[in-house]
Amino acid sequence: MTAITAHKPKKATSPILSVRDLKVHFSVPGKGLFAPDRKLRAVDGVNFDLYPGETLGVVGESGCGKSTLGRAILQLIPPSSGQVAWLGKDIVGAPHREMQPLRRDLQIIFQDPLASLNPRMTIGEIIAEPLVTHKPELGKDEIKVRVKRMMARVGLLPQMINRYPHEFSGGQCQRIGIARAMILEPKLIVCDEPVSALDVSIQAQIVNLLQELQREFDLSLIFISHDLSIVRHICHRIMVLYLGNVMELADRDSIYAAPRHPYTKALISAVPIPDPEIERNKERIVLTGDLPSPLSPPSGCVFRTRCPFAQDKCATASPTLDRVSETQEVACHFHDSIS
Amino acid sequence: MMNKSEKTAMLEAAGAPAEIEGRSLWRDARIRLFRNKAAVGSMIILGIITLLAIFAPLLSPYAYDQIDWGYIQEGPNWENGHIFGTDGNGRDLFIRVLYGARVSLAVGLLATSVSLAIGVTYGAVAGYFGGKVDNIMMRFVDVLYSLPFMFFVIMLMVVFGRNIFLIFVALGAVEWLTMARIVRGQTLSLRRREFIEAAHATGVSNFKIIFRHIIPNVLGPVIVYMTLTIPQVILTESFLSFLGLGVQEPLTSWGVLISEGAKVIEASTWMLIYPALFLALTLFCFNFIGDGLRDALDPKDR
Ligand SMILES: Nc1ncnc2c1ncn2[C@@H]1O[C@H](COP(=O)(O)OP(=O)(O)OP(=O)(O)O)[C@@H](O)[C@H]1O
Ligand code: SF4
Ligand SMILES: [Mg+2]
Repeated sequence: MTAITAHKPKKATSPILSVRDLKVHFSVPGKGLFAPDRKLRAVDGVNFDLYPGETLGVVGESGCGKSTLGRAILQLIPPSSGQVAWLGKDIVGAPHREMQPLRRDLQIIFQDPLASLNPRMTIGEIIAEPLVTHKPELGKDEIKVRVKRMMARVGLLPQMINRYPHEFSGGQCQRIGIARAMILEPKLIVCDEPVSALDVSIQAQIVNLLQELQREFDLSLIFISHDLSIVRHICHRIMVLYLGNVMELADRDSIYAAPRHPYTKALISAVPIPDPEIERNKERIVLTGDLPSPLSPPSGCVFRTRCPFAQDKCATASPTLDRVSETQEVACHFHDSIS
Repeated sequence: MMNKSEKTAMLEAAGAPAEIEGRSLWRDARIRLFRNKAAVGSMIILGIITLLAIFAPLLSPYAYDQIDWGYIQEGPNWENGHIFGTDGNGRDLFIRVLYGARVSLAVGLLATSVSLAIGVTYGAVAGYFGGKVDNIMMRFVDVLYSLPFMFFVIMLMVVFGRNIFLIFVALGAVEWLTMARIVRGQTLSLRRREFIEAAHATGVSNFKIIFRHIIPNVLGPVIVYMTLTIPQVILTESFLSFLGLGVQEPLTSWGVLISEGAKVIEASTWMLIYPALFLALTLFCFNFIGDGLRDALDPKDR
C-alpha cells in the first residue's frame, strides 16, 4: 500500500464541484429542561473545488465533520448556508424536481458495508434500484443484463444475483455497494470511509477497484478516511478538517513532503514509518489535550487549544485559508515562521 | 480471506453458471420456526380448530339454532349425537361451539387486519418523516390511547345497537394504536441506517422508501405482535359478549357461550367447560406461535 499509484487526472479547466463557505449547523437540545437549543457547528465554512477524474481526500479526527460534509454536498443533509455548485449551478436548497436528475451523477458509498444494503432485498434488486428509479423505460431484461455486467465489473459472480446481503463477506458487500453506486455511471462518488470496516488485505482490493473504476469512467471521488496511508495511496489532493474547519488543503505530494499546518504536521508525524531508524529520529509533534466540543469551539483559530505554536493573536483572529504555493493552502497565522 | 459461504458460492459457481437462489431472511426464519415444536403443535391445533369451524355444518346432524325438545340442557351423550350436550334451549352445544369459533376467529383476524393496515402505515409514516409530523401524529395516538376504550365501545353499542361489524371496527380501531407505536419506534431507528440513506442519495421517492425499505424490515416485530393481538382481540370480544354486548342471538361466540355456561355452572358444567376449553386452547396456541415467531425472527440469531 505504500506504492504511490494514484494517477494524475487530466487537468480540466473547470471544476465539476465548487464548494463555497459551506456550513452545516445542527441545533441540539440544551442541557436542562428550559435551556435553549444549542448550535453544533459540524461543518463551519468549507471551501474547495473538485475537478473531473480527481480524488479529494478528507481527513481528520472522529467527529470533525467529515461525514456531515460529504452528506451536505449530496444534499442529504440540508446545509445551513454556503454554496455547493455542481457543474456551475448552485444546488443548495434546490427543489426536488431539479435535484432528481442530478442524483444520477451523485452517489455515495458507506463505511459499514452490510448496513448499507437492505437485508430483505436480493443483491440484484439492490444494484438495480438506481436504474429502476431513473431509467424504468429500460425494462426488466435490460436492467438485469446491466446489473450482471456491473456485478462482473466490480468482481462479483453474476450468478449470485439472487442472493441476499447476509450471504456475502464484508468485502463483497462493499463491492455490491460500489456496483449500486456505479450502475448509473455517476460523475461523483462520496466514499465515506469505504474501507475502514474491512480487513487490511481486502482494503487494498477495494481501493484498487475504486481506482480502476475512476480511470475507466473518469470519476471524481471524495474519499473520506482517517487512515493517512490509504489516503496517500488513492488521493490527488487532501483536505485536513478540524472541528468543521479546513486546516490545510494541498496536493498529496506537498502535504506529505512538507505539511505546513501544525495540525497536519501532527497527523503526519503520527503515521509510523516502516524504517525503525527513521521512525526513531523523525520530528514528532504530539497533540495534547482533548478535542474541544463543536458546541463551543475555541475563539479565533479552532486549533489553538492544542497547538504548540499558539500565540495571543490565535485567540482573537481566525486565520483564513491562505495560498502558500501553487498547490497548497493553509489556515494558520504563523505558517511562515513555523515551517 | 474467503469465508465459508463465499467459498461454497465460488465452488457452486465453478460447476453451475446458472443463477443461484439466495436464502432470504424469511426463509431462515421459517426454518427456525418449524424447528420449534410448541409452535408447530400450536399451528396444527389451530389449523384443526379452523377447519372444524369452516366445515361445522357438515360435522353435526343438528343446526346451530335447531331446538331439540327432547333434550333441554342435557349432558354430553354420544348416542343421540349431542357430544357436548345441549344448552338451556335444547340446542346442540358442539355445533354452537364451532359456530362460536367462526365468530371469535373472524373477529380476531379481521380486527387484527384492520389494526395492521392502519397501524403499520401510520407508524411508518410518522417514524419516517420524524420531527413535527411525527410529533403531531403520535400526540393524536396518545389522545386516543387515553380514551376509555370500554366506555367507548359500550356507547357505540348503545347508540347503534348490537352489531358484529361494529365490534370489528371498534376493536381494530383501538388495537392499531400499539401497532403504530411499535412500527414508529422501529422506523425511527431504521431511518438512520445507511441503506435508507443510499436510497435517498439515488432519489428513490419517499413512498417507495417506506414500502420497499422500511416496511419489509419492520415486519418481523409486526408479525409477532399480530399473533399476540389476535388472542387479545378474541378475549376482548369474549369479554364484551360476557357483558351482553357481543353478537346477537341465535348467532354466538365463545364469549357468549361462556357467559351462558357461567350462569348455570352448578347444574350443567359442560356448558362452561367446552367453550372455555376451546377459547383457552386457541389463546395458548396463538401465544406459543407468537413466541416461536419471536425466536425465529430474532435478529440476534442471525
Ligand atoms: N444529525 C445530527 N444532529 C446533531 N449533531 C450531529 C448530527 N450528525 C452529526 N452530528 C455531530 O456533528 C459532528 C460531526 O459529525 P460527523 O459524523 O460528520 O463526524 P465524522 O468526521 O464523520 O466522524 P467519524 O470519523 O466518527 O465518522 C459530531 O460532533 C456529531 O456529533
Ligand atoms: S493560527 Fe495559531 S493556533 Fe492556529 S494553527 Fe496557527 S499557530 Fe496554531
Ligand atoms: Mg463519519
